[in-house]
Amino acid sequence: MKNIARGASAPRAISLGVMVEMIGRGIGMDMRKIFIVLIAIIGLGLPAVAADAQENMVQDSRAATGGAQTLADILARQSGQKMDDSFRSDALGTPENAASSTNQLGTLGGVSDPELWRALRYGKADVNVSSHGLPDAVIIQDSGMDWLTFRHGPLSQYGGNLLLGVIAALAVFYALRGKIRIDGERTGRTILRFKAIERFAHWLLAGSFVVLALTGLMMVFGRLVIIPLMGKESFAAAAAVGKWSHNNFSWAFMVALVLVTIFWLAQNIPNRHDLKWLAMAGGMFSKGAHPPAKKFNAGQKLIFWGVLVLGFSISASGLSLMFPFQLPMFGATFAKINAIGLPELMGFAALPEALMPHQEMQLAILWHGIVAFVFMAIIIAHIYLGSVGMEGAFDAMGTGEVDEQWAKEHHGLWYEEVTGKSAHDDHAPVKPAE
Amino acid sequence: MKSMFLAFLTIVLVGFAADYGLHRAGFSSQEMTSGPAVRVN
Repeated sequence: MKNIARGASAPRAISLGVMVEMIGRGIGMDMRKIFIVLIAIIGLGLPAVAADAQENMVQDSRAATGGAQTLADILARQSGQKMDDSFRSDALGTPENAASSTNQLGTLGGVSDPELWRALRYGKADVNVSSHGLPDAVIIQDSGMDWLTFRHGPLSQYGGNLLLGVIAALAVFYALRGKIRIDGERTGRTILRFKAIERFAHWLLAGSFVVLALTGLMMVFGRLVIIPLMGKESFAAAAAVGKWSHNNFSWAFMVALVLVTIFWLAQNIPNRHDLKWLAMAGGMFSKGAHPPAKKFNAGQKLIFWGVLVLGFSISASGLSLMFPFQLPMFGATFAKINAIGLPELMGFAALPEALMPHQEMQLAILWHGIVAFVFMAIIIAHIYLGSVGMEGAFDAMGTGEVDEQWAKEHHGLWYEEVTGKSAHDDHAPVKPAE
Repeated sequence: MKSMFLAFLTIVLVGFAADYGLHRAGFSSQEMTSGPAVRVN
C-alpha cells in the first residue's frame, strides 16, 4: 500500500517539475526565472482574487442572513468603521409587488412593520403631522447619539481642561513675573485713552459675555458638576433663569460686537511694529522692555480679531439655536466648503450637505460650545492682563484716562501721536496728525 | 465708571425688551412649530 501511495503521488510532482522545465527549455529561460515570473503573476493576481472572494463571502453571508446585517457589518460598526447600510436603508418594501392584504401572507398596505420603521428611521417615509414645520415630520433620528457622546465626552472634557489649563498657566505666570508694574514714576498727568461711548461698548460686550459664559457653562456642566452639589430641584430653577438669561442677554452681546467693530477695526489693522512687539512678546517676560506700539499693540490686536471672528461665529450658531430649525447654517456652509475642495485637499471625504433638521441643531450646539470654550480661554487671559496682571491697565476702561508714564511705556507711538511729545529721549517726537 | 454701570443696566434692559418683543412678534418655538391641533401646554 505504502509503495503504491508513493508511486501514485510521485509522478504528479515530477510531471509539474518536468513540465516547467520543458517550458523553460522551450522558450530559452532557466528554472529560477520561470519561478520569479510565476510568483509575480500570483502576487499581482491574488489581491483581486481575494477581493472577489471577500465580496462573494459578504454576499453569501448577506444571503445567508436573508438580506439582514452580517457579522462583518456588526464588527465594522463596533470598531467605529463606516458600513454600507444600503441593504437596510433601501429595504423599504414595494407595495405594488406585495401580496394582497386579503392574502394569508399579505401585509396591510403592502409594507411590513420593519419596512415602515426603516423608512421612518432613514427619513424616507411620507409623514404627515398635525403640527407644521419640517422637523416635526422626523420621527426617528439616530445622529442624536453621536451628538450626546461628543457633548458629554470630548467637548466637556477638553473644554473644561482648556479653561483650567489657562487659569493654571496665568497663576504660574503671576507667581513668576508678578504684576507688570509701571517702570517709571507716575507723572500724575493723564490722557484720554477711550471715550465714554467706547467704554460703554466694551462693557456692554464684556458684561454680556460674562453672563453668557457662566450660564453656558452651567448648561454644559450642570448635570456633571452642579446637580451633585445643589440637587435637581434647585438646579432646575437656576437652569431656567440661566437659560432665559443666556437667550435674552445675547442681544446686548451682538449689538456690542457690532459697535466695537465699528469703533476699533481701523486701529487694529496689523502694521510693521506688531512684528517687533511679538518678537519681544510685548516685554511681558522682562522688566523694562517696552516695544513700540500704537493705540493697540499686537497682543491686543490678536484679541480683537479673535473676538471678532469667534464673536460673529458664535452669534450665528446662537441665532440658529435661538430660532430652532428656522436658521439652518451647516448644510449650506458644508456645500461651500466642499465647492472649494477643502476636504479633498486635507484628505477627507466631502462633508454632508443634506442634513436633517435635527442634525443642523446638533451641529449648531456643538459648534457653539467649541467656539465658546476657545473664546472663554482668550477672554480669561484678557481679563487677567486688564485687571490684576498689569498696573494701570484697568484705568483705560475704568475712567478712560491713563497716566502719561503708562502710555509712554505701553503705547509709545500712540502717546507721541496724541501729545506730540517724545515717548523716549533717544528719538524725535512724531508729528501729530492734523 | 459711569459707562460701565450704564452698560450693565443696558444689558438687562435690552434683555427684557428682547424677551417681550420676541414673544409679541410671535417668534417663540411654540408659535413657529406648533399648530392648533397640537396641545403643548
